[in-house]
Amino acid sequence: MKRMLSAPFDLGGTDAGVSAPGGTVREMTCEAKVENIPAVTDFVNAVLEEAGCPMKAQIQIDMAIDELFANIAQYAYAPGAGQATVRVAVDPEVKMASVTFVDSGAPFDPLAKPDPNVSLPAQERAIGGLGIYLVKQTMDAVDYAYTDGRNELTIQKRIG
Amino acid sequence: MTINKTKNGNEVIIALEGRLDTATSPMLEAELKDVLQEADSLVFDFAKLEYISSAGLRVLLSSHKAMLAKGGMKVTNINDIVREVFEITGFADILTIE
Repeated sequence: MKRMLSAPFDLGGTDAGVSAPGGTVREMTCEAKVENIPAVTDFVNAVLEEAGCPMKAQIQIDMAIDELFANIAQYAYAPGAGQATVRVAVDPEVKMASVTFVDSGAPFDPLAKPDPNVSLPAQERAIGGLGIYLVKQTMDAVDYAYTDGRNELTIQKRIG
Repeated sequence: MTINKTKNGNEVIIALEGRLDTATSPMLEAELKDVLQEADSLVFDFAKLEYISSAGLRVLLSSHKAMLAKGGMKVTNINDIVREVFEITGFADILTIE
Protein backbone atom coordinates (compact mmCIF):
# COMPACT_ATOMS: atom_id res chain seq x y z
CA MET A 1 0.00 0.00 0.00
CA LYS A 2 1.32 3.39 -0.95
CA ARG A 3 0.90 5.73 1.93
CA MET A 4 1.78 9.41 1.80
CA LEU A 5 1.68 11.49 4.91
CA SER A 6 1.88 15.19 4.54
CA ALA A 7 3.20 17.11 7.52
CA PRO A 8 0.66 18.81 9.73
CA PHE A 9 0.47 22.58 9.39
CA ASP A 10 2.51 23.08 12.51
CA LEU A 11 3.26 26.76 12.81
CA GLY A 12 5.56 26.28 15.75
CA GLY A 13 5.14 26.80 19.46
CA THR A 14 4.30 24.20 22.06
CA ASP A 15 0.58 24.71 21.56
CA ALA A 16 0.69 24.35 17.78
CA GLY A 17 -1.88 21.57 17.73
CA VAL A 18 -4.39 23.73 19.53
CA SER A 19 -3.65 27.28 18.44
CA ALA A 20 -2.31 26.96 14.91
CA PRO A 21 -4.64 28.91 12.58
CA GLY A 22 -6.21 26.51 10.13
CA GLY A 23 -5.47 23.58 12.40
CA THR A 24 -4.14 20.25 11.22
CA VAL A 25 -4.43 18.79 7.72
CA ARG A 26 -3.14 15.34 6.83
CA GLU A 27 -3.76 13.08 3.90
CA MET A 28 -3.08 9.54 2.81
CA THR A 29 -3.37 7.90 -0.58
CA CYS A 30 -3.89 4.19 -1.06
CA GLU A 31 -5.50 1.72 -3.39
CA ALA A 32 -9.28 2.05 -3.31
CA LYS A 33 -10.19 -1.37 -1.95
CA VAL A 34 -12.29 -2.61 0.96
CA GLU A 35 -9.24 -4.17 2.63
CA ASN A 36 -7.83 -0.66 3.14
CA ILE A 37 -10.82 0.66 5.13
CA PRO A 38 -9.21 -0.23 8.51
CA ALA A 39 -5.97 1.59 7.55
CA VAL A 40 -7.91 4.70 6.47
CA THR A 41 -9.97 4.56 9.67
CA ASP A 42 -6.87 4.27 11.87
CA PHE A 43 -5.26 7.16 10.01
CA VAL A 44 -8.25 9.46 10.54
CA ASN A 45 -8.75 8.32 14.15
CA ALA A 46 -5.17 9.29 15.03
CA VAL A 47 -5.88 12.87 13.95
CA LEU A 48 -9.25 12.94 15.73
CA GLU A 49 -7.80 11.57 18.96
CA GLU A 50 -5.06 14.20 18.88
CA ALA A 51 -7.79 16.84 18.56
CA GLY A 52 -9.69 15.48 21.58
CA CYS A 53 -12.68 14.39 19.50
CA PRO A 54 -15.51 12.95 21.65
CA MET A 55 -15.91 9.16 21.27
CA LYS A 56 -19.41 9.29 19.81
CA ALA A 57 -18.42 11.76 17.07
CA GLN A 58 -15.37 9.64 16.30
CA ILE A 59 -17.41 6.44 15.95
CA GLN A 60 -19.91 8.23 13.70
CA ILE A 61 -17.05 9.51 11.53
CA ASP A 62 -15.67 5.94 11.41
CA MET A 63 -19.10 4.74 10.23
CA ALA A 64 -19.10 7.41 7.52
CA ILE A 65 -15.62 6.31 6.40
CA ASP A 66 -16.90 2.74 6.13
CA GLU A 67 -19.81 3.82 3.92
CA LEU A 68 -17.94 6.28 1.73
CA PHE A 69 -14.62 4.48 1.24
CA ALA A 70 -16.51 1.23 0.55
CA ASN A 71 -18.53 3.04 -2.14
CA ILE A 72 -15.34 4.20 -3.83
CA ALA A 73 -13.73 0.76 -3.46
CA GLN A 74 -16.73 -1.04 -4.94
CA TYR A 75 -17.88 1.34 -7.67
CA ALA A 76 -15.49 4.18 -8.60
CA TYR A 77 -13.12 2.16 -10.78
CA ALA A 78 -15.19 -0.99 -11.39
CA PRO A 79 -14.28 -3.33 -12.95
CA GLY A 80 -10.73 -1.94 -12.68
CA ALA A 81 -8.76 -0.53 -9.78
CA GLY A 82 -7.49 2.88 -8.77
CA GLN A 83 -6.34 5.10 -5.95
CA ALA A 84 -8.19 7.17 -3.42
CA THR A 85 -6.96 10.01 -1.24
CA VAL A 86 -8.39 10.73 2.19
CA ARG A 87 -7.71 14.16 3.65
CA VAL A 88 -8.56 14.91 7.26
CA ALA A 89 -8.63 18.43 8.64
CA VAL A 90 -9.35 19.62 12.15
CA ASP A 91 -10.12 23.22 12.92
CA PRO A 92 -9.63 23.62 16.66
CA GLU A 93 -11.16 27.10 16.76
CA VAL A 94 -14.57 26.11 15.49
CA LYS A 95 -14.22 22.52 16.79
CA MET A 96 -14.97 21.02 13.40
CA ALA A 97 -13.43 17.97 11.74
CA SER A 98 -13.67 17.38 8.01
CA VAL A 99 -12.76 14.32 5.98
CA THR A 100 -12.51 14.55 2.19
CA PHE A 101 -12.54 11.48 -0.07
CA VAL A 102 -10.98 12.00 -3.50
CA ASP A 103 -11.03 9.54 -6.39
CA SER A 104 -10.58 9.87 -10.13
CA GLY A 105 -13.09 7.19 -11.07
CA ALA A 106 -16.46 7.54 -12.76
CA PRO A 107 -18.24 10.80 -11.87
CA PHE A 108 -20.72 9.99 -9.12
CA ASP A 109 -22.66 12.37 -6.93
CA PRO A 110 -24.06 10.32 -4.04
CA LEU A 111 -26.05 13.35 -2.87
CA ALA A 112 -28.05 13.45 -6.11
CA LYS A 113 -29.98 10.31 -5.21
CA PRO A 114 -33.33 10.81 -3.45
CA ASP A 115 -33.40 9.68 0.18
CA PRO A 116 -34.69 6.14 0.72
CA ASN A 117 -38.17 5.63 2.13
CA VAL A 118 -37.35 4.53 5.68
CA SER A 119 -40.95 3.87 6.67
CA LEU A 120 -41.59 0.87 4.40
CA PRO A 121 -42.23 -2.55 5.98
CA ALA A 122 -39.47 -5.18 5.85
CA GLN A 123 -40.77 -7.03 2.81
CA GLU A 124 -40.76 -3.90 0.67
CA ARG A 125 -37.42 -2.63 1.90
CA ALA A 126 -34.58 -2.11 -0.55
CA ILE A 127 -31.25 -1.60 1.14
CA GLY A 128 -29.73 0.69 -1.49
CA GLY A 129 -29.05 4.27 -0.50
CA LEU A 130 -29.15 3.64 3.25
CA GLY A 131 -25.40 4.18 3.65
CA ILE A 132 -25.27 7.68 2.22
CA TYR A 133 -28.53 8.51 4.02
CA LEU A 134 -26.95 7.50 7.34
CA VAL A 135 -23.93 9.68 6.56
CA LYS A 136 -26.18 12.67 5.75
CA GLN A 137 -28.14 12.20 8.98
CA THR A 138 -25.16 11.74 11.32
CA MET A 139 -22.77 14.37 9.90
CA ASP A 140 -23.21 18.15 10.19
CA ALA A 141 -22.50 18.72 6.50
CA VAL A 142 -21.83 16.62 3.39
CA ASP A 143 -20.66 18.25 0.15
CA TYR A 144 -19.82 16.85 -3.26
CA ALA A 145 -17.82 18.38 -6.10
CA TYR A 146 -16.51 17.03 -9.40
CA THR A 147 -13.40 18.97 -10.32
CA ASP A 148 -10.63 18.26 -12.84
CA GLY A 149 -11.77 14.68 -13.31
CA ARG A 150 -12.01 13.95 -9.59
CA ASN A 151 -14.88 13.15 -7.28
CA GLU A 152 -14.47 15.01 -3.99
CA LEU A 153 -16.85 14.21 -1.17
CA THR A 154 -16.39 16.07 2.11
CA ILE A 155 -18.05 15.30 5.43
CA GLN A 156 -17.95 17.70 8.37
CA LYS A 157 -18.63 16.87 11.99
CA ARG A 158 -18.62 19.05 15.07
CA ILE A 159 -16.16 17.62 17.62
CA GLY A 160 -16.93 19.57 20.76
CA MET B 1 -15.28 -8.55 14.80
CA THR B 2 -15.86 -11.71 16.85
CA ILE B 3 -18.93 -13.91 16.40
CA ASN B 4 -20.04 -16.07 19.33
CA LYS B 5 -22.78 -18.58 18.64
CA THR B 6 -24.77 -20.33 21.39
CA LYS B 7 -27.54 -22.86 20.92
CA ASN B 8 -30.35 -23.02 23.44
CA GLY B 9 -32.72 -25.71 22.22
CA ASN B 10 -34.00 -24.48 18.88
CA GLU B 11 -33.02 -20.92 19.65
CA VAL B 12 -29.67 -19.64 18.41
CA ILE B 13 -28.00 -16.67 20.09
CA ILE B 14 -25.39 -14.75 18.12
CA ALA B 15 -23.26 -12.35 20.15
CA LEU B 16 -21.17 -9.91 18.14
CA GLU B 17 -18.13 -8.07 19.41
CA GLY B 18 -16.54 -5.18 17.49
CA ARG B 19 -17.81 -3.50 14.34
CA LEU B 20 -20.36 -4.86 11.89
CA ASP B 21 -19.24 -3.07 8.73
CA THR B 22 -18.29 -3.57 5.08
CA ALA B 23 -15.32 -5.79 5.91
CA THR B 24 -16.97 -7.93 8.61
CA SER B 25 -20.56 -8.29 7.35
CA PRO B 26 -19.66 -11.08 4.88
CA MET B 27 -18.32 -13.10 7.88
CA LEU B 28 -21.68 -12.81 9.62
CA GLU B 29 -23.54 -13.60 6.42
CA ALA B 30 -21.51 -16.79 6.00
CA GLU B 31 -22.08 -17.79 9.64
CA LEU B 32 -25.83 -17.23 9.30
CA LYS B 33 -26.27 -19.51 6.29
CA ASP B 34 -26.55 -22.63 8.49
CA VAL B 35 -28.10 -20.82 11.43
CA LEU B 36 -31.08 -19.62 9.38
CA GLN B 37 -31.69 -23.25 8.38
CA GLU B 38 -31.37 -24.84 11.82
CA ALA B 39 -32.77 -22.20 14.18
CA ASP B 40 -36.44 -21.78 15.01
CA SER B 41 -35.70 -18.43 16.57
CA LEU B 42 -32.70 -16.16 16.42
CA VAL B 43 -31.39 -13.68 18.98
CA PHE B 44 -28.65 -11.15 18.32
CA ASP B 45 -26.80 -9.96 21.41
CA PHE B 46 -25.22 -6.58 20.56
CA ALA B 47 -23.88 -5.79 24.05
CA LYS B 48 -20.34 -5.64 22.70
CA LEU B 49 -21.18 -4.33 19.23
CA GLU B 50 -19.61 -0.92 18.76
CA TYR B 51 -21.37 0.10 15.56
CA ILE B 52 -23.25 -1.12 12.52
CA SER B 53 -23.03 0.30 9.01
CA SER B 54 -25.36 -0.23 6.05
CA ALA B 55 -23.58 -3.46 5.08
CA GLY B 56 -24.55 -4.87 8.48
CA LEU B 57 -28.12 -3.58 8.15
CA ARG B 58 -28.43 -5.51 4.90
CA VAL B 59 -27.51 -8.78 6.68
CA LEU B 60 -29.93 -8.05 9.55
CA LEU B 61 -32.77 -7.33 7.12
CA SER B 62 -32.31 -10.55 5.15
CA SER B 63 -32.08 -12.57 8.41
CA HIS B 64 -35.21 -10.87 9.70
CA LYS B 65 -37.08 -11.78 6.51
CA ALA B 66 -35.82 -15.38 6.66
CA MET B 67 -36.96 -15.77 10.28
CA LEU B 68 -40.41 -14.20 9.74
CA ALA B 69 -41.81 -17.56 8.64
CA LYS B 70 -40.38 -19.24 11.76
CA GLY B 71 -40.07 -18.18 15.39
CA GLY B 72 -38.75 -14.73 14.55
CA MET B 73 -35.63 -12.72 15.27
CA LYS B 74 -34.78 -10.43 18.19
CA VAL B 75 -32.03 -7.88 18.68
CA THR B 76 -30.92 -7.25 22.26
CA ASN B 77 -28.56 -4.99 24.26
CA ILE B 78 -27.95 -2.29 21.63
CA ASN B 79 -25.87 0.76 22.50
CA ASP B 80 -26.88 4.38 21.79
CA ILE B 81 -24.99 4.57 18.51
CA VAL B 82 -26.60 1.41 17.13
CA ARG B 83 -30.02 2.60 18.39
CA GLU B 84 -29.58 5.87 16.51
CA VAL B 85 -28.71 3.98 13.31
CA PHE B 86 -31.85 1.84 13.73
CA GLU B 87 -33.97 4.94 14.30
CA ILE B 88 -32.58 6.92 11.34
CA THR B 89 -33.07 4.01 8.94
CA GLY B 90 -36.49 2.94 10.20
CA PHE B 91 -35.07 -0.41 11.34
CA ALA B 92 -36.37 0.41 14.82
CA ASP B 93 -39.90 -0.14 13.41
CA ILE B 94 -39.02 -3.30 11.49
CA LEU B 95 -36.91 -5.27 13.98
CA THR B 96 -37.92 -6.62 17.37
CA ILE B 97 -35.57 -4.80 19.74
CA GLU B 98 -35.39 -5.68 23.42
